Amino acid sequence: MDKIKEFFKTFLLIELLKGMALTGRYMFARKITVQFPEEKTPQSFRFRGLHAQRRYANGEERCIGCKLCEAVCPALAIKIEVAERDDGTRRTTQYDIDLTKCIFCGFCEESCPVDAIVETRVFEYHGESREDLYYTKPMLLAVGAKHEAQIAKDRAADAKYR
Amino acid sequence: MSFFDVVFYLFAAITVIASTGVIVARNPVHAALCLVLAFCSGAGIWMLLEAEFLAIALVLVYVGAVMVLFLFVVMMLDINLVQLREGFWRWFPFGAALAGLMVFEMIWVLGSRQTADATIAVVHGADYSNTKELGRLIYTQYVYPFEIAAVILLVAMVAAIALTLRRRAGVKSQNIAEQVKVKKADRLRILSMKSEPKQ
Amino acid sequence: MMEWLEPVKTLLGPAWLPIWTILKIVLIIAPLMGAVAYLTLAERKVIGWMQIRIGPNRVGYFGLLQPLADGLKLFMKEIIIPSGSNKFLFVVAPVLTLMPALAAWAVVPFNAELVLSNANAGLLYILAMTSVGVYGVIIAGWASNSKYAFLGCLRSAAQIVSYEIAMGFALVTVLMAAQSLNLGEIVKGQQGHYGMLNWYFIPLFPMFVVYLISGVAETNRAPFDVAEGESEIVAGFHVEYSGMAFALFFLGEYANMILIGFLTSIMFLGGWLSPVSFLPDSILWMFAKVAFVLFLFLWFRATFPRYRYDQLMRLGWKVFIPVSIIWVVVVGAWMQTSYWLW
Repeated sequence: MDKIKEFFKTFLLIELLKGMALTGRYMFARKITVQFPEEKTPQSFRFRGLHAQRRYANGEERCIGCKLCEAVCPALAIKIEVAERDDGTRRTTQYDIDLTKCIFCGFCEESCPVDAIVETRVFEYHGESREDLYYTKPMLLAVGAKHEAQIAKDRAADAKYR
Repeated sequence: MSFFDVVFYLFAAITVIASTGVIVARNPVHAALCLVLAFCSGAGIWMLLEAEFLAIALVLVYVGAVMVLFLFVVMMLDINLVQLREGFWRWFPFGAALAGLMVFEMIWVLGSRQTADATIAVVHGADYSNTKELGRLIYTQYVYPFEIAAVILLVAMVAAIALTLRRRAGVKSQNIAEQVKVKKADRLRILSMKSEPKQ
Repeated sequence: MMEWLEPVKTLLGPAWLPIWTILKIVLIIAPLMGAVAYLTLAERKVIGWMQIRIGPNRVGYFGLLQPLADGLKLFMKEIIIPSGSNKFLFVVAPVLTLMPALAAWAVVPFNAELVLSNANAGLLYILAMTSVGVYGVIIAGWASNSKYAFLGCLRSAAQIVSYEIAMGFALVTVLMAAQSLNLGEIVKGQQGHYGMLNWYFIPLFPMFVVYLISGVAETNRAPFDVAEGESEIVAGFHVEYSGMAFALFFLGEYANMILIGFLTSIMFLGGWLSPVSFLPDSILWMFAKVAFVLFLFLWFRATFPRYRYDQLMRLGWKVFIPVSIIWVVVVGAWMQTSYWLW
């Protein structure tokens, strides 16, 4: 008896019709697409996007050239050269991040003792060649200057968990 | 020369060229494709003779099925041309004699008075259906030869399958019918377990 | 009905017939190409909706210019001919795919008068043309000189040969019921007082299903798209094609889909006949039925995963062919009784 039931079940394509009913129902379901440039999904304050170098409020750059970020970087994307400045402080003369290598793990940000290198919420950047994605110190500082308000707010929101 | 003749000679020329290609082509796939072309233009000539059923059946059966399977096999072959051409001169006289015989036969048949006199100029009306005529003849006048031919073909087919079918031991293959039959209950057992106490 | 054409006719003299025929061919092919273009859009939209997405909506309002953008892109791209390929056959293959797909339209009736060639053996002609279509795939696969293309073409050849038999038997039942090979006559055979109850899909329902599924298999559509099988053999027979040559394969596939849609509606769904007796028969019914069948094609694609190759062969040989042969006998016996109402 069971066999006969199974036979009719296969020949009447019950299971296929069930599947089609499911997709047919979903055809009228509310669409979940986010239409990107106009609509955006919410971001966390821990979002790890494009890198930036920060400055103190008095305009002095934060980075002291300790090279912790260079050491911790798993993708070897950071290159730092250090020299003594005229006033006797240690500063970087070169601070490059190769974004084509970077895996956006956030270790550099984590390791930085002075919160100099941070990852911002910016993710819609592009370059037309590999050179465009090789960020040098002035570029990173420029990103930092542009988004400082947002960066400071995100750090403050995250501060109590650190 | 009417339009009709132009079309006929066009198809005939393509048939001859394609058939030559079948024997001349070095690559077996090219030869098979030439044969397909020859079939197609042959079907065109039959179409001109108002034998549309035969023409379409030629395309359907030979071009659509037989040659596809043929190509299927030929494409997978890796033929060594040097080895193939080894016996060419040894067998040449035999082949040439055979070809000569065929040419002689064709001249004999086509040149004889019966075929030469038969002017095939029967023009049918628009509602004439070649398919219907053919069917009527096959199922009335020639019903026994037709059925016998069908049975012979069936026997040949069954015999071919029986000859090639062999069961070897140790072959691992899937039984799809069994796979399809499997139900959820055969593979999956749902247990109701008490949750472990919190430590 | 065509009186206003008389002066043109006399002006052109004997050249009138070829010109008029070519004009008619253009009148079929041009809308067909438009339909193909918008079928691709419809496909992306419908499948998008079924996957809770929106589908293309950037080019033009509602994405309506998307097919034109796609066409333009393909047109501008370079056709790359692989150096190891058989160049002549490589170029000929896409043409061989598109040609039968278009040639089959010669005998397709749109309504009682609108048909290019009212051939008596129309059904056979269509069957022959669709079976010739496989050559494009085979030649493309072989001429590309690539493993994936070759595997795709072998699969396609085996698949089309096996499903054609079931398809042919399904058509045999139709022509038994209609007692004609002429597509127009087949539609006329479904005329009656009961609207859609007179259509052949009711007595021939198993054949209707077999034909529809074989049609999906013949056009290499999902879930029978093992010839392309992008997850197994990259893109199958057209891996090596680019630009316009690739577009021709695409056109051929979609033109074939629309053709199957037309044939299904002519043979099983009453063609241009109205489903209820109080509405007039019209070509619009035809288009509505074709749209329904095409929607089924898209629906299948959105629902079913691809068949495994051996399962596909089993379905063709061990299920469809026995079922269709049995139904041929059943229909033959049924027609001899007085219970045959169609």
